[in-house]
Amino acid sequence: MKTNDIILQACTKIVLFIIILFSVHMFFAGHYEPGGGFIGGLMTSGALVLLMLAFDMRTIKKILPIDYKILTAIGLLFAVGTAAGALFFNVPFLTHAFGHVDLPILGDTSLHTATLFDLGVYFVVIGVTMTIIQTIGEDGE
Amino acid sequence: MINFLILPIIVPLLTGILLLFLARHITAQRWVSALSSLVTVIISVLLVQKVHLDGVQTLNLGSWEAPFGITLVSDMLSALLVLTTSIVAFACIIHSFSSIGKDREKFYYYALVQFLIVGVNGAFTTGDIFNLFVFFEVMLMSSYVLLVLGGTKIQLRETIKYILVNVISSALFVVAVGYLYSVIGSLNMAHISSRISEAGQTGIITTIAIMFLIVFGLKGAIFPLFFWLPGSYYAPPAPVMALFGALLTKVGVYSIMRTYSLFFHQDQGFTHQVLSVLALLTIVFGVIGAIAYSDIKKIVIYNIIAAVGVILFGFAVMSPDSLSGSIYYIVHDMIIKAALFLLIGIIIKITGTSDLNQFSGLIKRYPGLAWTFFLAAVSLAGIPPLSGFFGKLLIIQGGFSEGFYWGAVIVLLSSLLILFSIMKIFINGFWGTPRSYQGEDKVPVKTLLIAPIILVILSVLMGVGSETIYPYISQATDTLLNPDIYIDAVIKEW
Repeated sequence: MKTNDIILQACTKIVLFIIILFSVHMFFAGHYEPGGGFIGGLMTSGALVLLMLAFDMRTIKKILPIDYKILTAIGLLFAVGTAAGALFFNVPFLTHAFGHVDLPILGDTSLHTATLFDLGVYFVVIGVTMTIIQTIGEDGE
Repeated sequence: MINFLILPIIVPLLTGILLLFLARHITAQRWVSALSSLVTVIISVLLVQKVHLDGVQTLNLGSWEAPFGITLVSDMLSALLVLTTSIVAFACIIHSFSSIGKDREKFYYYALVQFLIVGVNGAFTTGDIFNLFVFFEVMLMSSYVLLVLGGTKIQLRETIKYILVNVISSALFVVAVGYLYSVIGSLNMAHISSRISEAGQTGIITTIAIMFLIVFGLKGAIFPLFFWLPGSYYAPPAPVMALFGALLTKVGVYSIMRTYSLFFHQDQGFTHQVLSVLALLTIVFGVIGAIAYSDIKKIVIYNIIAAVGVILFGFAVMSPDSLSGSIYYIVHDMIIKAALFLLIGIIIKITGTSDLNQFSGLIKRYPGLAWTFFLAAVSLAGIPPLSGFFGKLLIIQGGFSEGFYWGAVIVLLSSLLILFSIMKIFINGFWGTPRSYQGEDKVPVKTLLIAPIILVILSVLMGVGSETIYPYISQATDTLLNPDIYIDAVIKEW
């Protein structure tokens, strides 16, 4: 038996981008407003879960061929790497640096290495959430 | 290099992450994890030497000054425990190569061991009470997965119990830290200590002290709270059992020692009395368990509980002698318990059973195994030239000179019964008529023996060279007796 879920799929295609944009906004807002890597990552994986609900798992794997376990490891590497960067400057571990940089299009932007740490958190949260959902969702092949 | 004392945490952490990428390449995993744990051992030796020469080492993470950021503190006690942890981890990792099996190795076994070491080393090094909680969780999460990895029925059942108990005790830990924070208003251990000594130890602080005793007692298996341990430690394979038996309970014991010597030392009448009574009951119940069973795993598991009792009794007496004895004994016990678990793992591999009545005469075909086991056994019981002796001697000396006669007598008698329980394995299992067992020829006994032999040699050296080690031990004792050394090292111009 095959049900027709065209409305769900069509809505997902539109809503997906709004959710992902919102999650990226949340991620970048973290330093000055409520938000950050954790909630951003959860929301991005929420968008991916919506995609999995509307389509089936195999299709999603074809569209996004990401090994989420590797993504988790990359996220950890980002977080620890940012913190361990301090080792090379002989300042205490986890000491962050920041400064204003003149970027070509964006102009004067304040950049902080804590964002890289947050990016690590973002990846780890996506990786862990998606690994859990994929592992439980797959029928034991 | 100012970041030196964080290296025993960072090296295993980076290795663990690297091993996540290498999931399918078992040979590469083995090389990476063995090499990095060897590096950790070398770093820890250098750290002990640095603490010995330059005093307590501190590191303010993120360059935030002491009470406001997280501070890592390496005094001699924590440096010695980090060194012992690294040695035990190295031995267990090289033992795992030929004993754990490809199925487990493929599913992140070595990465999990590294994360466990991160948790243990972090818990020993941190100077912040909430950070201690986080490192406890790092350690416990890895231990949950190591316990269940493989998915046999007994592992699944015991993991449920283990997780339940630990989730409850972790929740209690958070509540206790919450109470302490609302009374004291700080999370930095040195700062808490100095604030308690300014305001005096009131009733509420004593209540919080008992809460901490319950929390760490659940983790470290003291008398009424050890009920989860015999079952849970029975389930996993030998190298995991060795890691758990050597490291996990000792983190709980270390936390009791740290909090009771640093925070709650003003009014020792009630808290330390409770601690010493519970420690003695722990010894009694551990010893009863050890002589009751004829299952070799259970015998060694109950010996962990008895040893926790001995260490905590020495600590509760709080005299310089007994404290040195406790520190010496905790280091000895970590090494010798790991060796014993690895050895009984080999016996179980050969005979296919852990029931003492099902095998005998192993000394005929495996003399190396037999004599290593014999040395480990007499060292556990505390026969003079070996490492178990000096710790107990100092604890008993301290007990008698401080008037804890009953306690000292119980510690003495417990040695006898521990010797009985472990010699029971030697006499029934190694002596007697040799039998043949199914598939014993496939067991690579020689390679498996390398790790326990390293540990037993270390334990013998620790006993013979106790004169050399003593300055380090007494330096650790000084910090426990004088919290001011610790506070002054952390909080600079206050």
